[in-house]
Amino acid sequence: MDVNVLSEKENVKSKGPGEDFILEVKNLKKYFPIKDGILQKTVGHVKAVDGLNLNIKKGETFGIVGESGCGKSTAGRTIIRLNKPTEGKILYKGEDITKASENQLRKSIRKDIQMIFQDPFASLNPRKTLGKTLMEPLEAHQLYKNKKERMDRVKELLDVVGLDPSYFTRYPHEFSGGQRQRIGIARALALNPELIIADEAVSALDVSIQSQIINLMKDLQEKFNLTYIFISHDLSVVRHISDRVAVMYLGNLMELADKDSLYSEPLHPYSKALLSAVPVPKKKGEEQRERIVLEGDIPNPANPPKGCVFHTRCPVAMDVCKEVVPTFKEEKPNHYVACHLYN
Amino acid sequence: MTLPEKDISKNQTITSPDINLEVKQKPESLWRIAFDKFMKNKLAVSGAVVLIIIIGMAIFAPLIAPHSPEEQVLTNRLAPPSAEHPLGTDELGRDTFSRLLYGARVSLTVGFVAVAGIISIGTIVGAVAGYFGGIIDSILMRVVDVIIAFPQIFLLITLIAVLEPSLGTLIVVFALFSWTGTARLVRGEFLTLRTREFVLAARTIGIRKGKIIFSHILPNAIGPIIVTATLQIGYVILAESTLSYLGLGVQPPTPSWGNMLQAAQDFSIMLYAWWYPLFPGLMILITILSFNFVGDGLRDALDPKRKN
Repeated sequence: MDVNVLSEKENVKSKGPGEDFILEVKNLKKYFPIKDGILQKTVGHVKAVDGLNLNIKKGETFGIVGESGCGKSTAGRTIIRLNKPTEGKILYKGEDITKASENQLRKSIRKDIQMIFQDPFASLNPRKTLGKTLMEPLEAHQLYKNKKERMDRVKELLDVVGLDPSYFTRYPHEFSGGQRQRIGIARALALNPELIIADEAVSALDVSIQSQIINLMKDLQEKFNLTYIFISHDLSVVRHISDRVAVMYLGNLMELADKDSLYSEPLHPYSKALLSAVPVPKKKGEEQRERIVLEGDIPNPANPPKGCVFHTRCPVAMDVCKEVVPTFKEEKPNHYVACHLYN
Repeated sequence: MTLPEKDISKNQTITSPDINLEVKQKPESLWRIAFDKFMKNKLAVSGAVVLIIIIGMAIFAPLIAPHSPEEQVLTNRLAPPSAEHPLGTDELGRDTFSRLLYGARVSLTVGFVAVAGIISIGTIVGAVAGYFGGIIDSILMRVVDVIIAFPQIFLLITLIAVLEPSLGTLIVVFALFSWTGTARLVRGEFLTLRTREFVLAARTIGIRKGKIIFSHILPNAIGPIIVTATLQIGYVILAESTLSYLGLGVQPPTPSWGNMLQAAQDFSIMLYAWWYPLFPGLMILITILSFNFVGDGLRDALDPKRKN
């Protein structure tokens, strides 16, 4: 597998605080209007993402976890500008892409930021052969001089993701789920991106295939110095791949920390509840871990609770939680939490 | 609180060769699968065969027809079927069989050309409304509602009465006022397809809107469009016959199935020369039935959710 042809980027992993961020998200909001009546008047908003702040370092894997409907997918899609942000700012390498037009985006992030989708059966166009699907990004950006060179590049890509280059003329329905996800990854890699947003990239796959895909993603990250935003509800998978992990609830961040400190000592009651739900094989002599069961359902994002959005289900809620929105602050070094318990 | 990490790292290497073995030996395109499915539907295949025969006869009418469709033999009016006139003659002594063949040309031309127009307008309006949504969608769909609100056949009659009745007018009027159903159908398809992940993927890659609409979404909506086109041809042929029967369609002496029926509606003709109204009526019936069978067959064949 010759990887040098694909990318000559320096293989430097930047770590630690203080250096440049590849992506900065400031107070990002995405509201979806609820329309009603014959005149389709807007009667309210679903606040899918409500004031999100993120700083992604170059070369890291940033995990976002949360329940279904907490807005993590919407956040990913808004960052890559598949959705129009309602408010806030998205800076890619310092450049503001919040309000950029589709033509401007084509010159910047449409090459540099790519996405891997959840459902490998829906993410490939059933009417296009594998070759056509992978040639398209190269044609759209007019990379390489002619068709022959583009085909060579596609065959290289197939090789990189572990597929036989002779599959060029086959249709998606002829592949298995794992193979399709590899095709999805190859498509995301085609333009030599810097940042890849993986939205539940392995959730639809069998566990054995999940591990193959995760390992492939890790390999590729090392080879091409990729930055990942890894969105998932699977805490174990996120733990395996991420450097830093953010916990999201109802459109807001609850906690953000390095993987190890978040998983070993979560601060926020919600993170504690989430982590207590992960099944762990019990060892002899070890105490049974306490399982925190949250009451009720996730509140309607069209009408989120006042104060801390989590107070309706929080086992340790105080009076102040019902009134005041907790600030998101650094409780320990590199460990941020939004909770009144720590004020 | 500690959790063990999922032990994924020790698993298979990513380039294990066996993952490549599951693929079938021969690439099968979706069209090939649809064709095989269609061929298993006997009703649809017989409909297709009948249609091919009718179309063939219309194309080769000058070679097949025993007489000129306009040749009058007034001494031989309303003659019953014979060796000379296999389907008899009409009230002016013209050969019914020859006139049916030339009439098929008219009916099929109206059907195919008008439906080509209907599908083009309907697809473009539906695609734009469905893909862009919002205010564009609202405006276009209100236009559709307004057109649908008019009773079609009266609209056609009024328009054709005002304009000069001719083959061209018929086609234009059909195309301009019958595209609404197609537009709604295509809009619906686009509404569901535009949020599918492969369309989102195309957008994140930076493919232009026009290309996404025509090269990514439209090919996935082509099945229902083909089906509706087939059924529409039947509808247009019927509408043409209706208008011709009312004297507003194709004008004599040009034969069409509809105006042949009109000429035969005299009660005494129906009593004494049953062959004159029977055969044009049968042709309309058989043709529309065949188009419907083919349409149904295509719907089943092109719908990936239906197994044979």
